[in-house]
Order: sequence, then C-alpha cells, then structure tokens
Amino acid sequence: MSMIGNMALATALLVSGVGSALAATEADYKAALAAAESAEKDAATLRNRWTKTESTLAAAKKAAAAGDFDAAAASAREAEALAKASILQATSEKTHWKDMEIR
Amino acid sequence: MASTIRVRASNSGDTTEVQALIQHPMDSGYVKDAKGQVIPPHFIQQLTFEHNGKAVFLADWGPAVAKDPYVKFSFKGAGKGDDLKISWVDNKGATDAITAKIQ
Amino acid sequence: MRVRTILLTVAAALSTAALACFAASAIAAPDTPDPVADAKAFRKYFTDKFPKVKLEDFVNGPYSMNEDMRKQWKEKEEFPPYEFALDAGKEMFSKPFKDGKTYADCFPNGGIGIRQNYPYFDEKEGKVITLELAINRCREANGEAPYSYVKDEMASLTAYMAFTSRGKPMDIKIPNDPRALAAYENGKRYFYTRRGQLNFSCASCHVQSAGEHIRAEVLAPALGIMNALPIYRSEWGGMGTTSRRLVSCNSQTRAVPLEPQSDEYRDVEYFLSYVANGLPISGPGSRP
Repeated sequence: MSMIGNMALATALLVSGVGSALAATEADYKAALAAAESAEKDAATLRNRWTKTESTLAAAKKAAAAGDFDAAAASAREAEALAKASILQATSEKTHWKDMEIR
Repeated sequence: MASTIRVRASNSGDTTEVQALIQHPMDSGYVKDAKGQVIPPHFIQQLTFEHNGKAVFLADWGPAVAKDPYVKFSFKGAGKGDDLKISWVDNKGATDAITAKIQ
Repeated sequence: MRVRTILLTVAAALSTAALACFAASAIAAPDTPDPVADAKAFRKYFTDKFPKVKLEDFVNGPYSMNEDMRKQWKEKEEFPPYEFALDAGKEMFSKPFKDGKTYADCFPNGGIGIRQNYPYFDEKEGKVITLELAINRCREANGEAPYSYVKDEMASLTAYMAFTSRGKPMDIKIPNDPRALAAYENGKRYFYTRRGQLNFSCASCHVQSAGEHIRAEVLAPALGIMNALPIYRSEWGGMGTTSRRLVSCNSQTRAVPLEPQSDEYRDVEYFLSYVANGLPISGPGSRP
C-alpha cells in the first residue's frame, strides 16, 4: 500500500536531517557536499531530481564561497536529505503509481 | 505592413458594439529579462475611436494594461456602413491607425 | 537543520498518501496493457464524476468545470487572443524553406487537417512521434535549424495546424507492436507517478482534483487535456506549446523538468491522446 511507502519516506526524511552542534570546517562542508552531489547524481539517473535539491545545493556553494561553512555544511546536509527523499520517491513510485491508476 | 489593430463593429438599431484587439507588447517597465535587465517601458498611452470626426471612446493607458489589449464597448448614434477610425500612440511616439466599416 | 522544510515535505507526503489510499482499487492490475479497457475506464471515471458535462465538452478544460469561467471564455472566443499567433503560424507554414520546399511536402494531406493523428508510433524507428517533433524533423530534412520546443515559433505553427483540425475527433492508433504498447504503458506510468517535492502526479491534479481550485485556477480534467493544445495562456501572455506545458507542470510540482520531447513526455502525450480518442480537437485553446 502506498501508505507504507510514504511512511518510509517520512521516516527517511526525519532521520536523515540530523544537524551538528559543533562549528563546521571547510573539510566538513566538502564532505557533506560530496555526499549530497553523489545522491543527486543517483536521482538524476532515476530522472527524478527535485528543484528544491538543486537550489539547496546552490545555497550551500554560495555560503561556502562567502566563508560561512556552518551554513554551507547545513545546506549540503539538507540537500543530501532531499536528494535521498527524491530517490526514495522514484523507487517507491515504481510500483505505487498503480495506486492512482483509473481501472 | 499588416495593421496592429483588428476591429469588428456591428450595429443593431441605435447601438453599435465595437470589439478591438491590438497587437502591442505593452511592456510595463517593471519586468526583467532572463539576464536580469529591466525591459524598458513600451506601452500604448492613448487609444482613440472616432466616428464622424468625434471621439466616441478615449483611453489613457499606462503600464497596468497587459500585452495585446482587447477592448469592447458600445456607443449610440452610428449606423451600418459608417466609418469608425481607431488610432493609438505609444510612449515611444509610435502610432498606428485603421478605419473600419460598421457592419 | 531545516526542520520546517523536512516537516513540510513529510506533511505533503502523508496528505497525498491519504488521497492515494482513497483512490486505490482492490482489483489487481492486468499483466498485458489493455489500452481499449483503459480508455473506457478513463472516460467512465470522468463522465461518472461530472454527469452534467457533455463528453465532447471535456476538451475545454476548466470551462467545462466552471460556469462563470465558461461565460467569460465564450465572450473571448468572439475575438480570441490567439488570433495573432494563428496568423503568424499560417504565414510560417506557407513560407518555403531555403531549398524551396514547404511543410506541406513533409506531411500527409499537405499538413492540413492532420493534427488529430498525432502522436503516432513509428514502427521503423520504434518510437512515438509527436507533431512538434515531426515539424522539427521536417525543418532539419530541408536544411533549416530546428525550433525551440518551448518558444513562440513552434507554438504558432502547431496552433495553425491544430486550427485546421478543429472539430475533428482525436484519432490515435496503437499498432500491434509490443514497442508501441510499451510506449503507451510508459506514458500511462508517467501520468500516474508522483514526482517533485510536492509529491504530485499528473493525476493528483487532473484526475483527483479535476474541477477544483488550485490557488486561483480551476483544474482541467485529464480527459481530452491534449485536445486543446497548444494554448494561449493569459499567464504567459502568449501561445505556448505542449512541451512548454509539460515542462512547467513538472517545475510546478518542484520536479526538475526533463528535456522537451524526452521519451517520457512523448509517451505521456501518446497515452493521454489515445484515451481521448473520439473527442474533438479544440486547439488552439485559450486558458487563464
């Protein structure tokens, strides 16, 4: 049932967004960005990217360019969460699209 | 060159109904293009409908009127076969005019 | 951490999940696609949901769903806003290419009154060919640069060609070829698949919420939704192509749009056109 699929989506979103209380370094940001971009690449292969993921990635890069690695790392982590959610959506919808079908 | 003004004027008894569609970009001057540059204002400032040399409809327009404006109105005192002259002047000083027969 | 963003996404997912459960059918899906049965069920869904709407009227989108909008539209049709695009399209259609040929040389019946046959499945190539794609192929075959699928020229040309078919019933064929059936099924799958951060499928708006408001707009029913394209949208201040509409629908659900004329877009146009077979071409349409 798609209810289960969407509950899994919700859980993934809540779990993946955990932030850090310590100040982020440039290395932290770069690691977070790499993870986000890798996930977004997978989403692109599935032809299911979200505009929100793209704009969050852009915001991360912009903050990093301004030297604000706390904000940059946070945005990169959020972008990764969004990318993973879009991957979960594509995977779930491979079967769940039939729930909406008029038959 | 084809006229920018399309007009249909139909008479019934004492009343003539006029419809006109005018081709004009009507740029307000508040919109930016894809490169982020403001598109300069370019809009009709005065629109005149004349019958027997007398203005039966006069419009003073500004940036609030949208692209390719459509006008519809009725007036009394004309008959079938009479001439109706439509003319406009825009903020760049360009003009166009057309004379149509009332059907 | 952006708790608010995550929670909004979760809320959207859960609320649409509730809608999805409501619409889910207990009947298992058949293994081989049956387009004839699909089309029948598709039509029945809409005629059952909107018993007062005449079958051929569904092609008028929001105007078949809302009386006040219909009145305003009828008035506008006396002097339609798409006249300029239509005239431009007619002129473009008759203008010869550099090599002396015209669009009439590429299309059956000289390109007049044929819009209702698109898209069709090309068995040689094994893919769906839309009218927009066929136009650009014609251009390239005659040494001309292709037009953008989302800009004015393609919109004007397809507007003119649609106009010459006004009133003719949509007539899409699915040949007895497993690749054609696969393309049809791909289009159907695309139509019902949720996408974007807002987790909407085409069906979320045009099946489940047809006739209802989304902000200030009234949603068109999916039945016959291709029949009015291309459309002059007041929002766009001009005529826009089918490709443009598909791209903008994607970004409206916060999904990154695919390339115009991608497989998915051509296939969804194929599916939606097929299930509207028999309904009249009403293009070029005008919409708010």
